[in-house]
Amino acid sequence: MSQTISERIISKHANQAVSAGDIAIVDVDAVMATDATAPFAIKAFKEMGGEKVWNKEKVFLVIDHASPAPNERVANLHKLMRNFAKEQGIKLYDVGAGICHQLMVENAHVRPGDLFLGADSHTPTYGSLGSFAVGVGSTDLAGVLLTGKTWLKVPKSILINIEGEIPAGVSAKDIILFLVEKMGAEGAVYEAIELSGSAVESMTLASRMVLSNMVAEMGAKAGLVNTKGLKLDYPFEHQLVDPNANYREIFTYDISNIRPQIAQPHAPDNVLPIDKIIGKKVDAAFIGSCTNSRLEDLHIAAEILRGRKVAVRLLIAPASKAIFDTALQDGTIQTLTEAGATFITSGCGPCVGTHLGVPGDDEVVISSTNRNFQGRMGNPRAGVFLASPAVVAAAAVAGEIIDPEKL
Amino acid sequence: MNITGKAHVYLVDNIDTDRIIPGKYTKTLDISSLAEHVLEDLDPDFSTTVRNGDLLVAGSNFGCGSSREQAPIALKAAGVSAVVAKSFARIFFRNAINIGLLVIEAPEHQIQNGASLSIDLENGLVESDGQTWAATKMPQVMMDILNAGGLVNLLKKDGGYNK
Repeated sequence: MSQTISERIISKHANQAVSAGDIAIVDVDAVMATDATAPFAIKAFKEMGGEKVWNKEKVFLVIDHASPAPNERVANLHKLMRNFAKEQGIKLYDVGAGICHQLMVENAHVRPGDLFLGADSHTPTYGSLGSFAVGVGSTDLAGVLLTGKTWLKVPKSILINIEGEIPAGVSAKDIILFLVEKMGAEGAVYEAIELSGSAVESMTLASRMVLSNMVAEMGAKAGLVNTKGLKLDYPFEHQLVDPNANYREIFTYDISNIRPQIAQPHAPDNVLPIDKIIGKKVDAAFIGSCTNSRLEDLHIAAEILRGRKVAVRLLIAPASKAIFDTALQDGTIQTLTEAGATFITSGCGPCVGTHLGVPGDDEVVISSTNRNFQGRMGNPRAGVFLASPAVVAAAAVAGEIIDPEKL
Repeated sequence: MNITGKAHVYLVDNIDTDRIIPGKYTKTLDISSLAEHVLEDLDPDFSTTVRNGDLLVAGSNFGCGSSREQAPIALKAAGVSAVVAKSFARIFFRNAINIGLLVIEAPEHQIQNGASLSIDLENGLVESDGQTWAATKMPQVMMDILNAGGLVNLLKKDGGYNK
């Protein structure tokens, strides 16, 4: 029987064949919560009468959203998480370890075919390696801590084929911004997206993560990338797109002629090709977040910044300490700091406006992150443009939006 | 379950969780502090004009963006008894039901600001100014959670999900 990847994974975890529209009670392989969501989840777990989590090997806590603690209130929430982790014997990634989504993938806490729940809306990122990973809130997560199960409505799926050779200067970020514009902020609400096609097959895991990450900006529940061409350093069962499955719709886009893309304030689907925004002045630049702060992103930024100086403040928060360490050893960090970049703790702070790098009134920020809602970076009177690390680095040098090829 | 109250209408699509409660205020377990800042970037006066039992009305994809449960918690803490929208973002929708905040999807509604608004959950109807609109039916599992007063109560009582 032809099934979408979501139907296949959910059926396996529901111990019965299910299809789009069915409500299923599923076994959850693992869960994750951050300092933005874990405190309420712990509170709800205790209110449910929870004493021990269902499986201490399958629960991961990450302190990344306001890390290190900017004030005593947050410090006490972090302390609450540390105490809970200790009391339960569960793994906690503390200040500086990295961004939750990078850590789950980097440490293989999520694998192809898994059903994973994360108390963060960018959990679909793990669809990049063929897992059915969805974002939930704190109380849903507490329910899994207690029972190891949750309920799901099996989503309809949309298949997007991305065909063609990726042009020079264009990255996975440009492709997903292009797709977010096509689909719109509500383009896939309650639905799953499957991504396939020749352009995807050649992509690294890091680039695939960028695609899955931003399906959230189309309202999608999950974003599964066909694992054809995927390389992981452990053996795994491929999760392949079946074109005969019952898709709500199939789209095919040829990306061989697209240009770098930029989302303008205040919506991630408010996207234009770079050529229409050239010359826009910027006051600050940020390379970070679960979207674009991996090693390949730092390498691209370093290529552009080598031997140059930034004209505006550029903050960089690598996705994890492991990435920072590698970039330190291969000289990338030195290149970037010599160009005037400032490194901050691996984490989510500036992207989500919790602390660090808050823009002033009327300031314009160009950022490699995923959301530019009004107030997102902590100031409702600032404007955030979303772009690839290459476009962000070039804008930091020029003080305005510029085609990196023309720097 | 029937609810009647005054409608605060913001006929805007894609009201995201940053506009419901900015990320900078969410790192707390103090629920009253969330209520103070609810919707402040959309309408700075909302938190002072909303009265206990009032209803919030919006366009489509209400609550898109982050998974923060602080968004429905802030609305509930501010006294909002239910949210009616043309559609909801899925995480917000689940979170609201899980904490016992009634959310109703009424795709065709034309509710006017300040009007009296009634919700008839059993029959899936939304009524205001003599007009009635159909509401999307919720799956039974969500009705069970809502009837229990939220997921905490349901799991405390049953210890697990019933099929």
